[in-house]
Amino acid sequence: MRQARIVRNIGLGVENLLLHKLRSFLTMLGVVFGVGSVVAMLSVGEGASKHALEQIRKLGSNNIILTSMKSAEEEQASTTHSHMSMYGLTYEDHRRLSESFKNIKETAPAKVMRKDASLRERAMELRVVGATPAWFHLVPRELIAGRVILQGDQDKQSPVAVLTEFGARKLLATEGTIGQTLRIGGSQFEVIGIIQSESGQAGNIQIPDQDIDVYIPLEVSQRYFGDIFAKRTAGTDEREKVELHQIIVQVDDPKNAESVGAGIERMLGMFHKKKDYAVSVPLALLKQAEATKRTFNIVLGSIAGISLLVGGIGIMNIMLASVTERTREIGIRRALGAKRKQIIMQFLIETVVLSTTGGLIGLGIGILIPALIRYFSGMPTVITMNGVLLPLFVSMAIGIVFGIYPAMNAAQVDPIIALRHE
Amino acid sequence: MPTNGHEIVRLENAWKVYQMGTEDVKALRGVNIMFEKGDFWAIMGPSGSGKSTMMNVLGCLDRLSDGAYYLDGKDVSQLDDDALSELRLRYLGFIFQSFNLIPQLTVQRNIELPLYYLGWDAARSAERAKELAEQVGLGDRLSHRPTELSGGQMQRVAIARALTNDPQVIFADEPTGNLDSATGVQIMDILVKLNKLGKTIVMVTHEPDIAAYAHRRLHMIDGNIDRIEEGEHRTLTAPSAGHASPPDGSRRAETFVAPGEDVTHATRKA
Ligand SMILES: Nc1ncnc2c1ncn2[C@@H]1O[C@H](COP(=O)(O)OP(=O)(O)OP(=O)(O)O)[C@@H](O)[C@H]1O
Ligand SMILES: [Mg+2]
Repeated sequence: MRQARIVRNIGLGVENLLLHKLRSFLTMLGVVFGVGSVVAMLSVGEGASKHALEQIRKLGSNNIILTSMKSAEEEQASTTHSHMSMYGLTYEDHRRLSESFKNIKETAPAKVMRKDASLRERAMELRVVGATPAWFHLVPRELIAGRVILQGDQDKQSPVAVLTEFGARKLLATEGTIGQTLRIGGSQFEVIGIIQSESGQAGNIQIPDQDIDVYIPLEVSQRYFGDIFAKRTAGTDEREKVELHQIIVQVDDPKNAESVGAGIERMLGMFHKKKDYAVSVPLALLKQAEATKRTFNIVLGSIAGISLLVGGIGIMNIMLASVTERTREIGIRRALGAKRKQIIMQFLIETVVLSTTGGLIGLGIGILIPALIRYFSGMPTVITMNGVLLPLFVSMAIGIVFGIYPAMNAAQVDPIIALRHE
Repeated sequence: MPTNGHEIVRLENAWKVYQMGTEDVKALRGVNIMFEKGDFWAIMGPSGSGKSTMMNVLGCLDRLSDGAYYLDGKDVSQLDDDALSELRLRYLGFIFQSFNLIPQLTVQRNIELPLYYLGWDAARSAERAKELAEQVGLGDRLSHRPTELSGGQMQRVAIARALTNDPQVIFADEPTGNLDSATGVQIMDILVKLNKLGKTIVMVTHEPDIAAYAHRRLHMIDGNIDRIEEGEHRTLTAPSAGHASPPDGSRRAETFVAPGEDVTHATRKA
């Protein structure tokens, strides 16, 4: 009964607004654009940040990633001929890590080098990663065929190799390839498995694995290829000695990630004369990304607020004019027995219908635009429930907030004055 | 002033004073008057004598500055805006000189207006509007807009609207003021018939011809009662007068019977 009455009131409001189609449409344009832009921006922003957060999450929220890098001084020195630079994380660093921090659960040290590889007559350059079994725990990827490196391989120093799916495809390796021989830089390895890989960047940290990886036991890589790498670039014969290129550290609980990260930084600082390493805590990055997102949302919210405010003022302006124009109608209704609050309701419903319709149209536009962006540029966009409900709710609220004053004005119309002969 | 069971409106020492800057305009100066149920009154007098002011007070559109107003025996002079609206909605009907239809709304919607505020549902309202439009001879104009009607037709729509709530009193402020005399006569025929059916009618008019349809004529001057004329009044005009003018008054009269919505009203009439 009550519901039927509300529906009828809304129906009459719509009927009234349809009497002035163009005016009603122009009136709600502000809200249309306001809501449209908010929904679109939210969706694009949400898509971008979701992408970034996903990347960071791939690094693991209880992981800490230590990377060797040339210190600034070393960078300078290496321009001279026949210089051998020594830098980066050492086996000693790795040993100390596990001993010094009780919150560290597991560590995955790795040597990384580029080598030419060939499988039967196919050849390509691969990134050879000397890894321990822990690598496969800390960089968990789906196994496609065979197995990963196990402790036994490590102990026996077996020359085994795990290809990534991408590399395998390039080398025409299939399930049947397992057991065959892969030549890496003149040495022979037995292919024992094929694994999925990720690639890309998260924040400013490289994801640990790459498409062109091949994994061999760490000690095998040390024994076969040593710690010294020769790099021949533009006539200079440059050599560098790096023991470990990367150590991935996993802590027992994400809440310890940042403190352990800081501890590691302090510890490395004590034993390294130069800053030839980097410590990145994905969780910290994640927090930072989330903070950035919050800031973005606040900025977006302010822009949205302003545009909706402008839309609301537009509606209020027109409704005030409408009240003046309809003074006589209001007088008639009052004379026939309409109470003040019924006049208020009538005008309020009209404003809310107007602003909500504007909101709905805006929503349509706001969903369409990101869909087009996604279609044409492949940029990820996300429509969240909040991104839809909030603007709708806000546009409704605008109708109430900016409709109440004109409606009160309407209710103050004195029927006697309004009905005087013209 | 004597009271009896037939009284419908009564003013006791009614004052209406408008503040115009420093000056007080006394529109009503201690009026005492009583109208009985079923009466047909014409209020006459020179411009500015307070006719409209009195109508507005009687119609619960305005409040007295001083004195008391009894509507159907109840003192309504102290009621608030909402209560007065409620009285207008349930017990009173209005007909204006300038019709006061809402131009954007169809004839049907205009007639339905009071029902909307009475909370009737759409289907019942539409039925009632159709019935009333037929009674004033406009059954085929329901979906027209007022601007597509003649003055006489518009006033008939206004009468239909005034009847939707089956009012106890109909107030008409110069109902024929904007009409030519032939059309005016048609409107008066309808009012006379409504009066015959028991409706109390209070009408303001300048024209003695129109006032002649009333049973009693109240002459006002300077915000007070000058004199009251009783008796002699004109009855229905010749059948040829037009649409609403019936060939046989008694038969056509039943078209004005409103559905017995108001039980107290029905018993009161009996
Ligand atoms: N709102 C108002 N403010 C001030 N004075 C008013 C107001 N309404 C009416 N008056 C004054 O009250 C007096 C009576 O006015 P009223 O409208 O009742 O006259 P009337 O008899 O209906 O005249 P008319 O025949 O011209 O319609 C006039 O002097 C008028 O100027
Ligand atoms: Mg007047």
